[in-house]
Amino acid sequence: MDPRRVPLAVPKVRRVGFFTSIEPTPEPQRPNRSQSGPVEAATSSSPLSDSPSGNFISPVQIPPSRHHSDNLTSRAAPVPVPGPAAFRRHLAHDRSLHVGSYNPADSLLGTSPPSSNGELSEDSGSLFGFQRSDSAKLSSSFPNGGFDLTMAVRAPQEFESKIATVPASEGRKKTAEVSGKSESAVTTKAQKEKEQKSLKEKTTKAERRAIQEAQRAAKAAAKGEGSRRVDDSGRAKPGKATKQPQVKKEGLPVTSSVSEKKTVVVEKEKRMDVPQTQMQYDDKSRVEKAKKRAVVEQTESKNKVELFLHLPQYERGNQLPNLSSNIFTLDTIHHAVYKVGLQHLAGDISGDNARCIAMLQAFQEAIKDYTTPPMKDLTMDLTAKINGYVSFLIECRPLSMSMGNAIRFLKNQIRKLPVELSVSEAKASLCSDIGRFIEEKIVTADKVIVKHAVTKIRDGEVVLTYGFSCVVEMILLYAHEIGRKFRVVIVDSRPNLEGQRLLRRLVSRGLDCTYTHINAISYIMRDATRVFLGASSIFSNGTLYSRVGTACVAMVANAFSVPVIVCCEAYKFHERVLLDSICSNELGDPDAIANIPSRANMKRSKTMENNKNLQFLNLMYDSTPSEYISMIVTDYGMIPPTSIPVIVREYRREHLLL
Amino acid sequence: MPDVQSTVLEFVNKLRKRKIEGSQATARCTVELLRSVISQHRVPHANQASALIDAVKAVGEQLVAANPVELAVGNVVRRVLHIIREEDLSLTTAAMGGLDLLDASDDDEDVCNKGIGYPAMSAAVVAAAARSTLRPPSLQTLLEGTPESATVPYTSSSGADSESKTADKSSITRKLKHDVIESVNQLIHEIAGCHEQIAEQAIEHIHQNEVILTLGSSRTVLEFLCAAKEKKRSFRVFVAEGAPRYQGHLLAKELVARGLQTTVITDSAVFAMISRVNMVIIGAHAVMANGGVIGPVGVNMAALAAKKHAVPFVVLAGCHKLCPLYPHNPEVLLNELRSPSELLDFGEFSDCLDFGAGSGSPLLQVVNPTFDYVPPNLVSLFITDTGGHNPSYMYRLIADYYSADDLVM
Repeated sequence: MDPRRVPLAVPKVRRVGFFTSIEPTPEPQRPNRSQSGPVEAATSSSPLSDSPSGNFISPVQIPPSRHHSDNLTSRAAPVPVPGPAAFRRHLAHDRSLHVGSYNPADSLLGTSPPSSNGELSEDSGSLFGFQRSDSAKLSSSFPNGGFDLTMAVRAPQEFESKIATVPASEGRKKTAEVSGKSESAVTTKAQKEKEQKSLKEKTTKAERRAIQEAQRAAKAAAKGEGSRRVDDSGRAKPGKATKQPQVKKEGLPVTSSVSEKKTVVVEKEKRMDVPQTQMQYDDKSRVEKAKKRAVVEQTESKNKVELFLHLPQYERGNQLPNLSSNIFTLDTIHHAVYKVGLQHLAGDISGDNARCIAMLQAFQEAIKDYTTPPMKDLTMDLTAKINGYVSFLIECRPLSMSMGNAIRFLKNQIRKLPVELSVSEAKASLCSDIGRFIEEKIVTADKVIVKHAVTKIRDGEVVLTYGFSCVVEMILLYAHEIGRKFRVVIVDSRPNLEGQRLLRRLVSRGLDCTYTHINAISYIMRDATRVFLGASSIFSNGTLYSRVGTACVAMVANAFSVPVIVCCEAYKFHERVLLDSICSNELGDPDAIANIPSRANMKRSKTMENNKNLQFLNLMYDSTPSEYISMIVTDYGMIPPTSIPVIVREYRREHLLL
Repeated sequence: MPDVQSTVLEFVNKLRKRKIEGSQATARCTVELLRSVISQHRVPHANQASALIDAVKAVGEQLVAANPVELAVGNVVRRVLHIIREEDLSLTTAAMGGLDLLDASDDDEDVCNKGIGYPAMSAAVVAAAARSTLRPPSLQTLLEGTPESATVPYTSSSGADSESKTADKSSITRKLKHDVIESVNQLIHEIAGCHEQIAEQAIEHIHQNEVILTLGSSRTVLEFLCAAKEKKRSFRVFVAEGAPRYQGHLLAKELVARGLQTTVITDSAVFAMISRVNMVIIGAHAVMANGGVIGPVGVNMAALAAKKHAVPFVVLAGCHKLCPLYPHNPEVLLNELRSPSELLDFGEFSDCLDFGAGSGSPLLQVVNPTFDYVPPNLVSLFITDTGGHNPSYMYRLIADYYSADDLVM
């Protein structure tokens, strides 16, 4: 076996290596690695066969290793030489196997639900195609159980594929058949047929097989669901899907299916990690599509600001009574989520942490009340449900970046649910996961931040803050508690006047406060010795995305050489980049600006509203360039803004493995 | 005189209570008041000019004290003083240049009495020196290094017989007063017409599809923008609302009424929007001699943001806003704090307010400044009624309008 394999393997691997950049090609490689892993473990096959593959593959596999294995060795050697690679394989082989088998399902779940994002889902559809096919292979090879067997199976398969440069789909089928035959015995006819019919099913099947052969009933349900999904997605790009097999076949002989899968998964995950492109509201067709799904009826505001056509500009307030009346009649949205949505819409909850926690708790409740409908897979159905909730929440108010991160976390958790869990167990685990997220990423993180930041407040300090940030409030209160003598300057701005809330809380606790509005920032900045700011999100280029006006404060502080300290939990970090405040923002209610609290002018706004020349722009956020930020206090410590991308990367890894 | 006194008091009261808003309105009222002061002032025969100056100064001091942050008052008073001095001087020189020795002698006497009280001999020197400031020294005098004391013998001879004639004094007095009032009228006219003068230049600065950010409410800015609009330029205007006084809303209303595309933004969105703005145009409250600007509160923030994004920051200022003082002068009051009630509703916060009562110091302070100072390095251009100027040129421009003797009143 070995002598035969080696000559075959070398050229093939090389080819694979070149192909890596293209999406389909990684697959062929996959098998190699994971298989070799098992092989090594089980049969301790010849180093010859192994090492070359490892060698050649290593350049390709750098990304997967980074993402999947959390052992540091993999990171330590950026270009894994054969040695480390092998080592890693040994270390992580069982995990990698798991990952390989789990992840396809994840990705399937993640992408398949009707997402609001057309393009992405299409892409993922095509991805599915590949994945499905290789998973099919997997399943075909695996069913017979033991790794030794797979090895045996693999050889013929390779052989077959080598010989037969058959037209794509047919060839694939053949391989499957061949493999099945060679394995003989255990694989059932029905399974084979299924494979041939829809390769999609296999993903789910393979996954299960790899883990355990339990939960038949759930499996069946999943299959049904999965196949349907897969078909849909498969249809999206038939051309690619059919092409795919060929490439795979060529690569296949050398590589083992598990590792192949792994690369695909990694690719996919990478892709999923790439932040989804936001809905652009000047894209008519997609807005129309989104409207059809919408629960909340929104009337577009008449007087749009041209510069912000890409953002949703809807009239506020008029739909609220309507919505609140049918809170109990609506069955597609869980009432807890519905309530949170309405609170977002009405602005009852504001502040990123509060919104995020409210959303997560609502999801928790919704998950508690969730029952898997018959003939459906829990993971898929639940993800679809969550997606529905999320799109409802988006209709109510665009999600903040941190909420997006939290949702990603939740979906990840759902995806990773072990299949053997019963529904109630799965629900319990999800609920506890959510609870843990809130506890760890928000509550504890805040405590850590407070601890760090309070060291920056010394006696006699004048701390300036803007708007209302709950972390900053905690910091100030804590500093006051431990007896620091300092003064607080609260800068506020229209129309939300959140600073008054902070002012009230601080003054009632006995802090010495000065209150002013943002225009006076240049006047008051002379007094300040520190500026503490909250954040809605921090992007990986160091841009701080926060309540509108933050940039002004930071800029003026910079001009007066006052250090700007941003307090932000790490779960709010986002890998997107942002340069200005225009491309990505949220528009508030323009009427909030039109109505000014002054006495005599109340009438005139009525007459002015009809004039199309006059617009009111209520921006909610702005982005502060990183050069204005002296330091970011986060749960990982105090870091400069340039370290954000590092944290984002590390954090995401942890996030995935959490 | 008593009626003048009463109008002065009335005006002082208005200023004190901040009843008059806007530097232009204040400037106009001030000039008109000063004109009536001048016209009703009975000048003595001896030294009309100095008497007038004293009278104007006395009134001016009251006015400035009434509202020290309204620098336009001081500016106008200084302008009027400068006018008196100039008229006086021009009369002097005219007389001296003229053949009428008697008139000339009278003037010399005036000058000497008013000025330093030197004997008639040196009075001529003073006059000559004064003239030399009006007229640049000729190249020849510069070369030869001889001061214009060449006139000294001539004037000394006239000074010799100056005491003899007093007959024409009344006519001269009338002439001075008349001239001064004439010039003050011109000043009034100038102040009233500064908007148009500035607006005329709009077309040179605003191009098609421009996006302009402005802040606060200024009639100059309004006229400026509308002038460009009338010339068929189409552009859009972002107006920062200018909390807590919301003057931006007023400006927006006016702009919309004139058919301009206007978007009102919050003050906090200035930084967010500045990257899409081509030009920031603001009306100044006052322009200092170093080219610094005092403008509505928040303007420094806008200027910094504009600097950061390399957006031209243009300041419109009528001549009455040019202040000969430097912002570091101790007597310059740059800012004024307005009522906190504009920011906080004390009814809502009354429960928090008495917390500090025990310790003696209030826990809650509210700061509500009215103005903002923009240092000259943030300003790209000044547009005054005499044209566009660099901030670094302002001191020279201002020197044309005021005489150095009046800077400190």
